[in-house]
Amino acid sequence: MKKIIEKAIEKIFAFSGMVTTVTILLIIAFLFKEGAGLFNSPVVEKGYVLCVNANNPVEHISSADIKKIFNSVIEDWSEVTSGFDEKIELFYDEKILNNYGKDEWRAKIGEKIASTPGIIALVHDYEKSLPKNFEGVKILEENTILPKDFFLGFEWLPTSKPAPQFGVMPLILGTLLVSFVAILLATPLGIGVAIYLSELAQSRVRDILKPTIELLAGIPSVVYGFFGLVVLVPIIQKTFNLNVGETALTGSIILAIMALPTIITVAEDAMRSTPRAMREASLALGATHWQTIYKVVIPYAASGISAAVVLGIGRAIGETMVALMVTGNAARLPKLFEPVRTIPATIAAELGEAPGGGVHYQALFVLGCALFLITMAISITAELISKRQHNKGL
Amino acid sequence: MNRKLSQKIAFWIFRILGWAVVGILLWILGFIVYNGIGVISLEFIFDSPRNGMLEGGIFPAIVGTFCLIIGSMIVAFPLGVMSAIYTNEYVRDGKISRFIRMMTNNLGSIPSIVFGLFGMALFVRAMSWGDSIIAGSFTLGLLVLPLVIRTTEEALRMVPDALRTGSYALGASKLQTIRYVVLPTAFPNIVTGLILSVGRVSGETAPILFTVAAFFLPRLPSSVFDQVMALPYHLYVLSTSGSNLEAQRPMAYGTALVLITLVLIINFTASLIRKYFSKKHGAV
Repeated sequence: MKKIIEKAIEKIFAFSGMVTTVTILLIIAFLFKEGAGLFNSPVVEKGYVLCVNANNPVEHISSADIKKIFNSVIEDWSEVTSGFDEKIELFYDEKILNNYGKDEWRAKIGEKIASTPGIIALVHDYEKSLPKNFEGVKILEENTILPKDFFLGFEWLPTSKPAPQFGVMPLILGTLLVSFVAILLATPLGIGVAIYLSELAQSRVRDILKPTIELLAGIPSVVYGFFGLVVLVPIIQKTFNLNVGETALTGSIILAIMALPTIITVAEDAMRSTPRAMREASLALGATHWQTIYKVVIPYAASGISAAVVLGIGRAIGETMVALMVTGNAARLPKLFEPVRTIPATIAAELGEAPGGGVHYQALFVLGCALFLITMAISITAELISKRQHNKGL
Repeated sequence: MNRKLSQKIAFWIFRILGWAVVGILLWILGFIVYNGIGVISLEFIFDSPRNGMLEGGIFPAIVGTFCLIIGSMIVAFPLGVMSAIYTNEYVRDGKISRFIRMMTNNLGSIPSIVFGLFGMALFVRAMSWGDSIIAGSFTLGLLVLPLVIRTTEEALRMVPDALRTGSYALGASKLQTIRYVVLPTAFPNIVTGLILSVGRVSGETAPILFTVAAFFLPRLPSSVFDQVMALPYHLYVLSTSGSNLEAQRPMAYGTALVLITLVLIINFTASLIRKYFSKKHGAV
């Protein structure tokens, strides 16, 4: 009896042991499930179709071109399709819809489209009520959002009508710019502090510095964001004489401070693991303390230090609140002294307004998948690097 | 002579860098304490926000944060401790424990906003719990799970093997050994880990954005399916949205001070417990 209970409890423990794995699998499953529909969604807003005159040779219009047409950037059909020289005339069916019943509405629209050669009409698509072979009317075939346009597109305008633009390039580049500048700032500082802690500081100094670093790591990110917003943003604005202080650089500085504890702790651990014999051998050969540090300790700890930096990058890429509060949130090609927008900030800012299950919602979940994969890759890289360190320890 | 000089310069640079970190911390803390201390009053702590969040206090946000702390710990603590017991006591150095450790590390590296997305998809929508304390607690609980597991494992590893073999030698079973020898010895350190996780949960904003946090809700929750305000989200709201950002600033400073005090007290308690018990342990 006792044995059975012991076995049963061991099974419960084993089951709990699987909980992190199950969570990761659930996260993957749900992120992909919610985002999956994106690349099957039509380019045009849900519930609408685009119609043109039957004489118009055009078959497909890309999402970007639809946007340009409806913003009157493209004004002639010859820019979209060859051999059709006609001015584009925009038409929305709202007005007709309000004044007529459904059947009449259909006839009216057909009439209008058939009689206007250059027309492009955005028409409500009630349960596919527009017959395919309406005389003189051509319904444009529905394009779906292409992965290529999504990942390589340069325009992020998720609420643009009638064709929202989901190009994530500015967000990806913004995220990379902010995090890499942050790491560039944090790495020398962090490694310097790690050297000080592991090689130079007396135990009394360590007793002050160690808790300080723990406290820095414990401050909630939203407090960092608030501090950045109230203190750093005005400083940056004045120092560089900018219109707005919410720039990529502002975000990078705060993120650098936030990445410091990770870098310092991991790098210090790596340096401390340098065997005493190696240091003493170096000193015995007449090297100074400093020479020993940079010729023996740092090379020995190199993989641990790189792991620290990689982990710091991971921290910075995923950080949401700071990016949301101090980088200015402008989804355009990133420059250091201008507002940018990162992937996590985009998700945080837009998910609340995106209707559940809609295209915008799906696009944000695909962004989440991308973020998940990036940070996962970074974490695995760091693990591999620090494994090298351990092997060397043998 | 040259080598001596370069050593001197290098060491001075490191010393300055080291103290610069202390300077940064003092700057941030000092700034928030200096600006926030004047706002703190009994009314601020124990009253609801009024008049477009320009007056009154932050009591609902404090209560909300405590609800989330308790809820997420109910989710994370038992699971995390049992998981750590399994990897450290049952499958110590095998493939399984290495795999579990790797997965725990990976889970720990996932950005908090991804947990927010996941919580929204699973708990809010698929389970149709809506924006609620229970959805937020599960999301935050899974978020801190790696921290709970890691700290518990460290605590268990610090229990000397001699205690375990001694227990076996007296005829105790594995489960008895864990229950009467390993867990009581590791208990203080496990509690430290628990407290650290509480500190982490109380400051997280991104995971609760879409799972529980209410923009403005000046009443207390009545069930686990209610939305609540929470301190970190309230600070975000006060500092970035609202009709009058400048007028909201004092409230924001006060909220930041309360939040940071809460987190620091939690972390400080954890390190005190650790220190106290490590001394006691050393004396024995």
